[in-house]
Amino acid sequence: MAYGALYDGTRCIGCRACSVACKSWNKNPADLEKKPSVEGGIEGKAVLSDKTFTFMRFREIGEGDDLKWAFAKIQCMHCLKPGCETACIVGALHRNKETGAVSYDKGKCIGCRYCMVACPFGIPTYEWEKRMPWIRKCTFCSDRLNEAENGLAPACITACPTDALEFGDRDALIAKAWDRINASKEADPAGVGKYVEHIYGEKEVGGTAWMYISSVDMTELDLPWLSEEPVTKNARAAMKTLPYYATGMLVLMASIYFITKRKQKIAAGKHAEKKG
Amino acid sequence: MQEMKEQKQGFQWGTLILSALAFLCAGVLVQRYVFGLGAMTNMSDGRGWGLWISFDLYCGVALAAGGFTLAALVHVFNQEKYHPVVRPAILTAFLGYLLVVLALLVDLGQPWYIWRMIFNPNIHSPLYEVGWCVMLYTAVLALELSPAVFERLHWRIPLKIIGMIQIPLIIVGIVISTGHQNSLGSMLLIMTHSIDPLWYTPIIPALYFVSAMAVGPAMVIFEGTLSGAVFGHKISQDIFTGLGRIVSGILVVYLIMRLADMAVAGHFGMIIHSYPQNIYWLIEIIGGVVLPIILFNIPKIQQSKKGMFIAALLYIVLGLSFNRFIMSSVWLQIRPGYTYFPSWQEFAVSIGLVAWALMMFQIAMRLLPIAGHHGEEEAKPEHAAPEATPAS
Repeated sequence: MAYGALYDGTRCIGCRACSVACKSWNKNPADLEKKPSVEGGIEGKAVLSDKTFTFMRFREIGEGDDLKWAFAKIQCMHCLKPGCETACIVGALHRNKETGAVSYDKGKCIGCRYCMVACPFGIPTYEWEKRMPWIRKCTFCSDRLNEAENGLAPACITACPTDALEFGDRDALIAKAWDRINASKEADPAGVGKYVEHIYGEKEVGGTAWMYISSVDMTELDLPWLSEEPVTKNARAAMKTLPYYATGMLVLMASIYFITKRKQKIAAGKHAEKKG
Repeated sequence: MQEMKEQKQGFQWGTLILSALAFLCAGVLVQRYVFGLGAMTNMSDGRGWGLWISFDLYCGVALAAGGFTLAALVHVFNQEKYHPVVRPAILTAFLGYLLVVLALLVDLGQPWYIWRMIFNPNIHSPLYEVGWCVMLYTAVLALELSPAVFERLHWRIPLKIIGMIQIPLIIVGIVISTGHQNSLGSMLLIMTHSIDPLWYTPIIPALYFVSAMAVGPAMVIFEGTLSGAVFGHKISQDIFTGLGRIVSGILVVYLIMRLADMAVAGHFGMIIHSYPQNIYWLIEIIGGVVLPIILFNIPKIQQSKKGMFIAALLYIVLGLSFNRFIMSSVWLQIRPGYTYFPSWQEFAVSIGLVAWALMMFQIAMRLLPIAGHHGEEEAKPEHAAPEATPAS
């Protein structure tokens, strides 16, 4: 079992209580330079940073009567097959199989930033302004999950006033999400319902702990379109061939060496015979 | 006399410019370590890797491929005629790898913790393989180069020891360095979402390996011509022609692999439809691969130093460096809301490190028995004869 989180775009009111809760639990200071979620008008230019693990993205989608005012909570997706975990040279990024949280250990990191370019969602951030910079990202509140028996869900989810964020067993959340999508469809005389028939994160890159259902396609909220294949597949396959490659190359080179040396010796022998 | 004087003067100008670049680089490095990466690079959360990874690591390692290709050619495949260019190739490779190591120590956020990769291995990470290959192959290259130092110092015993382990050392070096070229390709495999489908394929590691094999001899032609002009020693046209044939042979294999891979993936349509990526692709394949193959096979060009130089340069710049740059930088996804163009400090570090390497190359060429070293064949007159009449 592993935990998951479900974001329901039809319930979210864009209050950003989740962002505030995140900042306060992780003791992250305000990011004065990037001014998440205020600068750049109503659609905002908010981005993740070393001081911001989550933010609310706002988008106006459609025109006229179809205009929708859509939100998405952006944070680490906590992939089931994380690109960052495979990428990390020192294993500083690790997915906890019990909780499903992908957490970062700065006691191992060397600052190579491979995780930043390997992440399909563009999540890990870096302390660029510091002389000794570390990677920073959402922890899925691992320090709260450890006390799961006490019922401590991640801070952002606890703060949500409309139950747009839900926390629980990932499989149970998927079932719940489909129930909600289907129920809405049945209740609608036109048979459409208020949801797009897709749980973003159920299968993307092999599945993610964070999942989204909404009245709009999540790619319209600038979440990337991704296939169901884990990003780690080809790289892991390539690394598995390594021992065979090394052995093969070693044997090949050694054999070629002995063959050419032998040829040379035979040729030298013939040369000597002729001279003799 | 006149000619010699002129040459010497040009040389000093070169040294002056190189020193200036090298010192500028050193100054920028002070800034980097005192104020951090954010203060002097244009890298950001949107683009975690920049010029240093694309140029110093990706191009640097590939362009150092002359070391393993020439060592294999002479010591494993027993092609004795290439012996005079082995040592310069190994020297270049060694300096190239030193440059890569230095650049990585600049690029890493916590270079003082580099030892952590020994105690916290992640065997699934392609970068883990890259890290080990850089360390081990730099050591191997130093050992492969050490006979030149021992000969100069007349240290007979170390020379004898190195001579005994020379062949195993070279073979291990080939395994490590080809593995390194592969693993640089494996590193990109994880970026399924950012590399353009015209370049992304599960066989990137194999393509990197083959293209690196081809760039080794091409680099020897390139720098052999240049160092011939600077240091005045002659390399026979016969060697260049032979190397050109090897390059074009490997490039044909490379081209077939690229095209076959696209056929399997069904991506041929993209050459027409996916603008502007297709322009880059055509420049790389037509200008950097097809054209050199043709040039290397024209008899008139095979006999011309200039012709060979241009053909080699085309592949080095358009076929290889351009390819590495595109894959590790141009199409690498930038997070929404960010842009990236290297800062002048990033350029200063990359160029400055090359300047340091060139100056060290100059010093090594003067002090050590590198140029025209003929190995065991030195004494044989029949080998020396054709090399004495180069067509300038």
